[in-house]
Amino acid sequence: MSRSDVLVDADWAEAHIGDPHVVIVEVDEDTSAYDKGHIPGAVKIDWKKDLQDPVRRDFVDKTGFEALLSERGISNDDTVLLYGGNNNWFAAYAYWYFRLYGHGKVLLLDGGRKKWELDSRELSTDVPSRPKTSYTATEQDRSLRALRDEVIDAIGKRNLVDVRSPDEFAGRLLAPAHLPQEQAQRAGHIPTARNVPWSKAANEDGTFRSDEELRHLYADEAGLDFGKDTIAYCRIGERSAHTWFVLHELLEQPNVKNYDGSWTEYGSLVGVPIELGEAR
Amino acid sequence: MTADGCGAPAGGVAASAATGSQAVVEGRVVHDGAAVGTGYARLLGTGDEFVAEVPLGTDGGFRFFAAPGPWTLRILAPGGLRAERAVQADYGQVTTVDVAL
Repeated sequence: MSRSDVLVDADWAEAHIGDPHVVIVEVDEDTSAYDKGHIPGAVKIDWKKDLQDPVRRDFVDKTGFEALLSERGISNDDTVLLYGGNNNWFAAYAYWYFRLYGHGKVLLLDGGRKKWELDSRELSTDVPSRPKTSYTATEQDRSLRALRDEVIDAIGKRNLVDVRSPDEFAGRLLAPAHLPQEQAQRAGHIPTARNVPWSKAANEDGTFRSDEELRHLYADEAGLDFGKDTIAYCRIGERSAHTWFVLHELLEQPNVKNYDGSWTEYGSLVGVPIELGEAR
Repeated sequence: MTADGCGAPAGGVAASAATGSQAVVEGRVVHDGAAVGTGYARLLGTGDEFVAEVPLGTDGGFRFFAAPGPWTLRILAPGGLRAERAVQADYGQVTTVDVAL
């Protein structure tokens, strides 16, 4: 894998609108964005309704993922091009799912919906109709996903990358600054975690920085030891999916996991160590 | 939208979700007298450090729940339109910043 295998630009996407072997998928938390206008031919996936278990806190299981993709008309041999709002957070999160469940060819649109909009490219409100398929997923690739006990065990041993904003990391905020701050979890960060906000990996238009800039950011500025395994986390696992994409897919680091329980789980656990204050 | 996701809905989370203790920064973006319904409001800290971003609502609106202190508000819109404003947020205050591009 390298950047050209996993990331395409808007010209590539535009050239593949209507390509029968490419399914363009918009992934959002706020799906009114899709309804307002989307890349022509794109189908939508709702980050919460489609990708989360409706009862317990977990994401859709293998059967649920198969049912979702079959219903959306996505085949195992289709190339799936993901994009979305919020600088591709949720698209990166969905990309991580596609990798977890073993999809063959999956791509991310550099810059996502934001760059597409800022470029004034065409948006459509037509909802495509795709015939149902019989999608078959593999078992979850657990080498890409960290659960809480593994995270606690990683303190002081592996790279822990907290990709939230400095205020969330330090414990001054419990959520990003575009959300109300009324939640009950403890604030702070996992001891020994480095704070590399996801936004540092992105340009203003939502595209990813160059591989050279990204390597400098994580290795030189943040002091990550690329010889060690890495776990990325945020608040609920979608911003850290963006960083997982950078480290695992763009920079080709072999052992990088996303901790999707993230701070909403860790900050509510009884008895686990928490640090407050600025990054060291 | 509840706060169980991390995304910003267009225009920002509704003000009714805020309590009186929040440090709210909100406003509307217009261009040639019309609302800018496609674009982004970014909140930046010292040294242009990115903090948060909200897609503009159909009425050009945006809303942040910031930490108290000085911030820079940057607006991006299609056609290379952009603007920047200094803004001060305080707990219990709604700071309104209307921007004409």
